Amino acid sequence: MNARRRLLVAPAVLALALTAACSNSSGGSGGSGGGSGSAAALTGDCAQFQPYAGHSGTKVTMFASILSPESDNLEKSWADFSKCTGIKISYEGSNDFESQLPVRVTGGNAPDFAIIPQPGLLAQMVKTGKVVKPPAGTVANEDKWSPVWKTYGSVNGTFYAAPMSANMKSLVWYSPKTFKDAGIEVPKTWADLMAASDKLAKAGGAKPWCGGIGSGTATGWPATDWLEEIVLGSYGGEVYDQWVEHKVKFSDEKITTAMQTLAGWMQNPAWVNGGIGDVKSIATTTFQDAGAPILAGKCAMLQQASFYKAQWPKGTKVAADGDVFAFHLPAVNPAVPNPVEGGGEFLAAFSDRPEVQAVQNYLSSSDWASSRVKTASGWVSANQGVDKSLYTDPIDQLSASKLTDPTATFRFDASDLMPAAVGSGQEWKSLTAWFAEGQSIQRVTADIDAAWPQ
Amino acid sequence: MSVTRALLADGAWTDASVKLGNMVGAVAGFLGILLVIFFVAGRASGRIARPLAVVLFLGPAVLLLIVGLVAPLVRTVYLSFYNDDGTKFLGGKNYGWALTTESVQHVLLNTLLWLAVAPLAATGLGLLLALLIDRVRGQAVYKSLIFMPMAISLVGASIIFKFVYDARDVSQSQIGLMSQLAISLGWHHPPNWMLSQPLNTFLLMVVMVWVQTGFAMVVLSAAINAIPDEVTEAARLDGAGGVKLFWFVTVPMIRTTLVVVLTTVMITTLKAFDIVRTMTGGNFGTQVLANEMYSQSFVQFNTGRGSALAVILFLGVLPLVAYNILQLRKERAVR
Repeated sequence: MNARRRLLVAPAVLALALTAACSNSSGGSGGSGGGSGSAAALTGDCAQFQPYAGHSGTKVTMFASILSPESDNLEKSWADFSKCTGIKISYEGSNDFESQLPVRVTGGNAPDFAIIPQPGLLAQMVKTGKVVKPPAGTVANEDKWSPVWKTYGSVNGTFYAAPMSANMKSLVWYSPKTFKDAGIEVPKTWADLMAASDKLAKAGGAKPWCGGIGSGTATGWPATDWLEEIVLGSYGGEVYDQWVEHKVKFSDEKITTAMQTLAGWMQNPAWVNGGIGDVKSIATTTFQDAGAPILAGKCAMLQQASFYKAQWPKGTKVAADGDVFAFHLPAVNPAVPNPVEGGGEFLAAFSDRPEVQAVQNYLSSSDWASSRVKTASGWVSANQGVDKSLYTDPIDQLSASKLTDPTATFRFDASDLMPAAVGSGQEWKSLTAWFAEGQSIQRVTADIDAAWPQ
Repeated sequence: MSVTRALLADGAWTDASVKLGNMVGAVAGFLGILLVIFFVAGRASGRIARPLAVVLFLGPAVLLLIVGLVAPLVRTVYLSFYNDDGTKFLGGKNYGWALTTESVQHVLLNTLLWLAVAPLAATGLGLLLALLIDRVRGQAVYKSLIFMPMAISLVGASIIFKFVYDARDVSQSQIGLMSQLAISLGWHHPPNWMLSQPLNTFLLMVVMVWVQTGFAMVVLSAAINAIPDEVTEAARLDGAGGVKLFWFVTVPMIRTTLVVVLTTVMITTLKAFDIVRTMTGGNFGTQVLANEMYSQSFVQFNTGRGSALAVILFLGVLPLVAYNILQLRKERAVR
């Protein structure tokens, strides 16, 4: 019995292996053959897509961390392009993107495109040798972005990935009603913000702050943002850049002081975690759920990036007199002018089939950026070709003006620039342990410094 | 060609049909190759018949083993002596890191804890259920109910239990079963379960036990039923009953099966990373070796450290697998 059974298993395994091999090879050849069709002239509404024509019936795959409903708007923004050119863009979003992408790429199963939100991850992907340099059209489109963005999409001076979006992290979401009831004005300075928090806490109704750093395997990232806001707002861009390069270590007095400031803010038991639990509950609350108590009147404020607008349930009025609104997080040190911490998403290609290049060119153009801005609010581009009057939403207008403001102290998210072992590894882990287990600042910073690759 | 391509592209299921075609083709090709091999093997006679059969039947399996198992193993061991991207030889530094870093020591300790508790609990519970349910009417129904979690992936089971353990402020309405039960029983401030160390590690083990108990029960129940009635009757005539019968007759008679079940669950436990990954992401002091290895290798790109952890894990599983095979052979020899 046993011997016969084993015989049956071996062929089955072989068959599976063969099937996999066959489908892989035919998939590859089918794709490259698709680009050789001749371009038919596009007419009417489709005429604008003429430069990208000639690849009808092809398909490109895209993998990213953007989930529905945000990703629905993304798919809508290129629906016309797809319809007119016949290039199908098959989009897949994953909560686990940061760890799945390297697995897929090193496993020889890379998507055609990945929307990478972290320059550090982009650098790691370039290291694998699988990222394909962008075509000339994309490089030309890049001129519409300010030069600093090109450096964030480059690795060792070589440009690889064009930015698709920019987001502003230095925002505080708040409940205008709670503020009004408590007689609080929108804070203009850090001292005002702390005084307002204290006033709300003493009033005893809603707690001043909400927070959540849970995010699947990326748990901890919102806490890195909080620390970065404080470092940038306390010491300005120069120290921030040195910190990113590990010339200023985490155990440096500057950073530990910043952590104490953060502890006094988001680890203050009297201030957090409105409607959810104690300080520790910040570690188990997902960042998506963190803002919900604001609508229920359980807390007043949440520090989170501009993209958080998409997290509010349908029908929530986002306005100065609405259910929620946002203000610019003031600098800890008033001497630092307009600190703006931002992020962005970069489109990296893992294949150079003609239809992939066509999509890459289109998605780096200001036409696409405008199309995405028009589709729905909650998406900001720092592309100068986008007409600012297209932004209908006050949050987007605020973000767009700050992101393109020449006097602002703009810096990219530090943990996204640090090596993955720190920025998407130890720093997430250690800051989570800091919130969840009350580990000492000394231990947290020593652990993060030790994780820096040699 | 281009017309058919365009026509095909319109159908939403083109992709699927192409893949299906590929698969059918592959299976047909495979069967064809097999037929040829069998035909050749059948025609061969005399002295080469036996060696040819050995090569033909063993060859593919050995080849697949080398490609899929031996080569990666060698490469993993090699990488474990190198730095994060495999460019600088470090000697035993990665192993030193794994054995001396406090956080990794904690991971190893957690893994040992899992290894000690989860398999014993699953096997013990399985044995108890096997003994109890065998005497109940309609045992098949109960058995299938207990076996059912086996059909759920560990990730699915983890998500279910994530809801069970969900904790909210007591002022809110609870969605976590455990918290609600605790509150109903008069506990005014139940803890945030996933944050309470070391309780959380055991709560994660519950998921593993829940999934594996059915397996243990079914296998052990079969072994118990296979004990010859004469043996039990003889023991009863000699005055053994209840607990005595269990310890001196049942357990020794199913000893090899018990060991096989225990080691099989142990191996599953050592490799289990889905539960930890899904429920806590390795945070809050619940990290285990398999998940740490994954996160070092594929999230933080510390290939060297990840490989060192993989080798440690491999060395841990190896004796268990060897013992398991040895017991299986013994069992087969008995039957």
